[in-house]
Amino acid sequence: MAKTIEEKQYLVRFNCDTKSHLEVKDHDVCATKCPDKDCTIFCPADVYKWEGDRMFVGYEGCHECGSCRIGCPFDNIKWEYPKGGHGIVFRLA
Amino acid sequence: MPEKFDVIVVGAGPAGTSCAYTCAKNGLNVLLIERGEFPGSKNVMGGILYRKQMEEVIPEFWKEAPLERPVIEQRFWFLDKESMVTTSYKDLEWGKEPCNNFTVLRAKFDKWFASKAVEQGATLINETVVTECIVDEEGKVIGVRTDRPDGDVYADVVVLCDGVNSLLAKKLGFHKEWKPEEVALTVMEVMKLPKKTINERFNVNDDQGVSIEIFGDATQGALGTGFLYTNKDSINIGVGTTLSGMIKKKMRPHHLLEYVKEHPMIQPYIEGAESLEYLAHLIPEGGYKAIPKLVGDGVIVAGDAAQLVNAIHREGSNMAMSSGKMAAETIMKAKELGEYTERVLDSYRTELYDSFIGKDLKKYKDTAHTFEEHPQYFEQYVPLMNRAMNTMFTVDGTAKWDKQKKIMKSFTEKRGKLGVAKDIYRAWRVVK
Repeated sequence: MAKTIEEKQYLVRFNCDTKSHLEVKDHDVCATKCPDKDCTIFCPADVYKWEGDRMFVGYEGCHECGSCRIGCPFDNIKWEYPKGGHGIVFRLA
Repeated sequence: MPEKFDVIVVGAGPAGTSCAYTCAKNGLNVLLIERGEFPGSKNVMGGILYRKQMEEVIPEFWKEAPLERPVIEQRFWFLDKESMVTTSYKDLEWGKEPCNNFTVLRAKFDKWFASKAVEQGATLINETVVTECIVDEEGKVIGVRTDRPDGDVYADVVVLCDGVNSLLAKKLGFHKEWKPEEVALTVMEVMKLPKKTINERFNVNDDQGVSIEIFGDATQGALGTGFLYTNKDSINIGVGTTLSGMIKKKMRPHHLLEYVKEHPMIQPYIEGAESLEYLAHLIPEGGYKAIPKLVGDGVIVAGDAAQLVNAIHREGSNMAMSSGKMAAETIMKAKELGEYTERVLDSYRTELYDSFIGKDLKKYKDTAHTFEEHPQYFEQYVPLMNRAMNTMFTVDGTAKWDKQKKIMKSFTEKRGKLGVAKDIYRAWRVVK
């Protein structure tokens, strides 16, 4: 039974690109305008981690759902699909 | 000279593949472009596939499609912390061909469905992202740009079935970015359980399935549902709420999923099950008012990309298939006329709005919004229902008339007499 997010993510196959398909447009916005940093909470794969002074984006584990792009209150995430054939590969549902 | 097709379909999900299949079957030269390693590898749903709309694309598909179980019982749970009020409808007729709906695993089903479109003559290209539509000087869509080298491809008409994020229609200005209340963030796990165990726990045999929709405590009162669907030898268990609800309540989706899995009413069903896959996806739940511009010169939008989901009845894949097929039928008419202008393609829009899709979405156009604005339905009434049952059925020597008074009082204390009346009227109005 996969309980933690690490255990859950371990079940998923990823064919990672070397280049990130997610980009924080302006890191200052995260640092100075966004005290809540909701993306670090609602992202279903814990892709976003606040490192004290900068937003770390672990794009390799992204499910490509789009929540961060829509949910960022400052429209501060440049969001593209990973290159064709890359990113998450669902095997079942 | 770049290659030109009659039709380019972007996205090999239920909408795109239905469109490509129907076009190819009618002799059109179709290119179906999929960004995943194979069709289905990027696609997620709870798992209910509706027979009727699929059958309209491929008659008697159930004889060869990779399906899990026909659903013969739909259960609804109104969940509190340590109790639940339940209702259910079971129908053995649904277990006999042609059945009502089936549980499916999308990675398998979509792959099979796309292979049927290829059999009809469609060209399928995987591992290719369409980055934008190619638009000529007059504003007509004439093809697509892909992320392959020399990746421009041209067609008379482009059908955008690129899913909930709908980046291509957005780029064309057909809609703005979705709002957090227009999408539901859903996470789920596929969990392995022996067939025999599933049969025993859900009271079915090998060829019968159960769907359970869970309201109330599954989402900790937020607007959304949990679900449990039986596959052949696995279970799909998941939970989703509007993205706005998730943000407002500061919930971590995977924590919420664990909460559901560990809930004392749910846990016994998945006891001993092994997690096979974890999946997250958005569902377009903006409803009628969120439907974008559907047609332009040389372009049509279908499926999730067009927000065609009835969240109240958890219907989406069927609307995707019907809209994809309607798009194909419109394209065939346009082909006869030799004209792919917005004016000609507009019959897709009118047909869609006149069909069950437009009508059902219109019926529930205010429902989600109302439930989001008035959280008492999920937050307060589900626990109140549970307390009412507890009061009525706990034998403690209190007279039943006194129990009824106590129940009425519990409702009016929470909401006020007028409040209860208003809540009932409001709920009736948005689902009538």
